[in-house]
Amino acid sequence: MRSLIDIQELTTDEINELIAVACDIIDNGAKYSEACRGKKLATMFFEPSTRTRLSFEAAMYELGGNVISVSNAESSSAAKGESVADTAKTISCYADIIAMRHPKEGAPLVAAMNASVPVINAGDGGHNHPTQTLTDLLTIYREKGRLDNMTIGLCGDLKFGRTVHSLISAMSRYTGIKFILISPEELKVPSYVKRDILKKNDIPYVQTTDFESVIPELDILYMTRVQRERFFNEEDYLRLKDRYILTPDKLASAKPDLKILHPLPRVNEISVAIDSDPRACYFKQVYYGKIARMSLILKLLEVKI
Amino acid sequence: MNIDSIKNGIVIDHITAGKGMSIYNLLGLDKLDCSVAIIKNVNSRKLGKKDIIKVDSDIELNIDALGYIDPGVTVNVIKDGVLAEKRNISLPEKITNVIFCKNPRCITTTEQELPHIFRLTEKEGKVYRCIYCETKAETK
Repeated sequence: MRSLIDIQELTTDEINELIAVACDIIDNGAKYSEACRGKKLATMFFEPSTRTRLSFEAAMYELGGNVISVSNAESSSAAKGESVADTAKTISCYADIIAMRHPKEGAPLVAAMNASVPVINAGDGGHNHPTQTLTDLLTIYREKGRLDNMTIGLCGDLKFGRTVHSLISAMSRYTGIKFILISPEELKVPSYVKRDILKKNDIPYVQTTDFESVIPELDILYMTRVQRERFFNEEDYLRLKDRYILTPDKLASAKPDLKILHPLPRVNEISVAIDSDPRACYFKQVYYGKIARMSLILKLLEVKI
Repeated sequence: MNIDSIKNGIVIDHITAGKGMSIYNLLGLDKLDCSVAIIKNVNSRKLGKKDIIKVDSDIELNIDALGYIDPGVTVNVIKDGVLAEKRNISLPEKITNVIFCKNPRCITTTEQELPHIFRLTEKEGKVYRCIYCETKAETK
């Protein structure tokens, strides 16, 4: 039995296999419609989330399975003081697999250590969010046809954005990758990410605050939101939040086959006018998120088609 | 200075000079009612100076805690007055409830019964990280 808490637990072969199954689901969906018949997914979300929870639930329904749900912490036994370990043991008696989001870092690991069914980390605070990374990888693969040999621009909050750090780590496994890290000085990629991932693996990267000058180089542009909740000082947030806004005029110098990604929700960092540009992939990315989760559920439940 | 040799017990040797007392406290040797000797600043060919602890009882040692505090110490087990076992202690791969996670966002802050487990992630730098939130332990 296997859980997924951190994307690092997956080998490159396993990631490639998950992407291959995801592609087969996209191309031959009907084949998978009964794959999880009789199986139940428990979604335990102790922190607000719309898309991730719905994505997991839609994924399980599309595989022919069922869903039981703990939708908020107030209505669950956690509010009565039950530990994550006890909750995981209990839910294991009802469900075949658990997807868990929790505000505390490491809570899904505690659940996995105690559950008798696989646990998927659906986000633990600002720590890990492996299914977002799988979603990003699947989106890049489907939209570019490859995961190697490309220049990836990451823009916005590169300091606190967990999806950014996981994506850098996951893409660093592939050859010919170059990163362009675009952020204000205050929101630069932490030094441990540069040291432990980029420098350690000899991955070329450039850090810049100048968004427009690097746009022509990019094959992928991954935009992120500056998150209000990460700032102690409202003034800092207000000063930084509108620093990088992607507008149609900025895209004029971009490659015609650039792909624009965003983990969503968007605030104003991508102009709505971009949505109709064929290079915009962030809503397709939401769709790929469901498919990536279907592929992962199949793997962890050891369902072979 | 003479300290009696022990018949059945443990000698912790090659302790970095000055760390004897913290090892004494960490291992809870103050709670023993047998004879315990801490010998400080002993001349050592290998270390220049070293500390030694002798415990006149065959107690169960927390080897992982010892390895974390002072990798390189030697534990000699004495039985019937002779050396029965000599163990060279190195940095442990995992330590439990020796150090505690200080990240306020870590699950260990709200679930008090959880063991605080740290894993060695970088041997050269002696970097330990919390297994739950991956926060780096403050090194001593």
